[in-house]
Amino acid sequence: MTCEHAASKEWSGKIDAYLDGELETTEAGVVATHLRECAACTADALGRVQMKRSVQMAGKRYAGSAALREKIAKSVAAKPRRKASWVWRLVAVPAVSLLMLSVAVTLYVNRESGRRQRVYSELADLHVSALASATPVDVISTDRHTVKPWFQGKIPFSFNLPELQGTEFTLLGGRVTYLAQTPGAHLIYQVRKHEVSVFIFQDRGEETASLTSGPVHAMSFNVENWTRDGLRYFVIGDVSADDIQALSKLLRNAR
Amino acid sequence: MPLFDQLYNFARWLTQDTTEAEDLVQETYAKALRGFSSFQLGTNFRAWMYRILRNSFLSSRTGLKTMVAIDEETDENLLPAENATPESILIAQANRQAVQQALADLPVPFREILLLCEVEEMSYQEISETLAIPIGTVMSRLSRARKALRGQLSKNDGGQHDL
Repeated sequence: MTCEHAASKEWSGKIDAYLDGELETTEAGVVATHLRECAACTADALGRVQMKRSVQMAGKRYAGSAALREKIAKSVAAKPRRKASWVWRLVAVPAVSLLMLSVAVTLYVNRESGRRQRVYSELADLHVSALASATPVDVISTDRHTVKPWFQGKIPFSFNLPELQGTEFTLLGGRVTYLAQTPGAHLIYQVRKHEVSVFIFQDRGEETASLTSGPVHAMSFNVENWTRDGLRYFVIGDVSADDIQALSKLLRNAR
Repeated sequence: MPLFDQLYNFARWLTQDTTEAEDLVQETYAKALRGFSSFQLGTNFRAWMYRILRNSFLSSRTGLKTMVAIDEETDENLLPAENATPESILIAQANRQAVQQALADLPVPFREILLLCEVEEMSYQEISETLAIPIGTVMSRLSRARKALRGQLSKNDGGQHDL
């Protein structure tokens, strides 16, 4: 398989920026469209994703000792040896407090953002790898009354699927999947020529518990997530945010 | 101690030495406290901390010795990585150590930008602020760093696979 973009340095940079979530929406759309049509570039992109994750895992290698942590904490909190003037105190005390506050806020934001990013990145991987697989679904049926019972005994919860008659969506089937060692349902829907994944997990894992419900744009995919009856739902795909919302609404109203 | 683990990990990767990394982290916090007035509220605090750490490293003996200049334009001296074989080596071996070794073998400018992007998950803007380079340079250096890493993986693999 060859592609006219294969040898292009500019295209290679674009794919990297796309996978780093750094492309503007229009450009990201161009790349996403090409990836859908070009098996060679999709394989290349999957290789790059694999490399990114490998570096991420390999890079988290070293941890500072408790003794060093304590030493630095003490030095940060240490009082000056000389008797400090009131001017110094006036400046330094708020500065140290502000520094510690900024660091704490930054840490919290980074940790939460990192966790969210991991979840969305993982879901994007599950979505893309399922679509790239020769068998994207293990139960192939457009009938919700066939797909839902198929999950019985395979995952530790049950869920409702919506009636799709009169809508643009078609159910293609489902498979069992895992997120952070938690089993869940992965359903694939089609809207026009696009595939959209719906993931359902129990909402008790540390990874998903901190997520706030609502629409997100992550890894160039539109994502919607919410919780209901102890279950966390994710809808992810490269379709417009409106399509994601429409499918989410159907799922929310499923009885 | 906030940011401690991330800063230590980054320092250890830069210095490749435990004692030097500890000194570097300690120096970073001391400088951050002393220079807090130079931090502008509303700007990126994390990038500011990493910049202090990196500048301290650059002025250290190890930093001066290992921080080689890289040509931002040419791809000369980079091993070819034209096909997907290095990635498939990764998948086949699932070898975290291989990636760690390849990262450690990279020149510091490539190693640090990969760590900031993949491990710290910094945006291009944050990396630009941390390394004090334009965003265009961030993108080109990142691209070359990834290519160099793939090349290094192939090289360390010792030709056991068809390349």
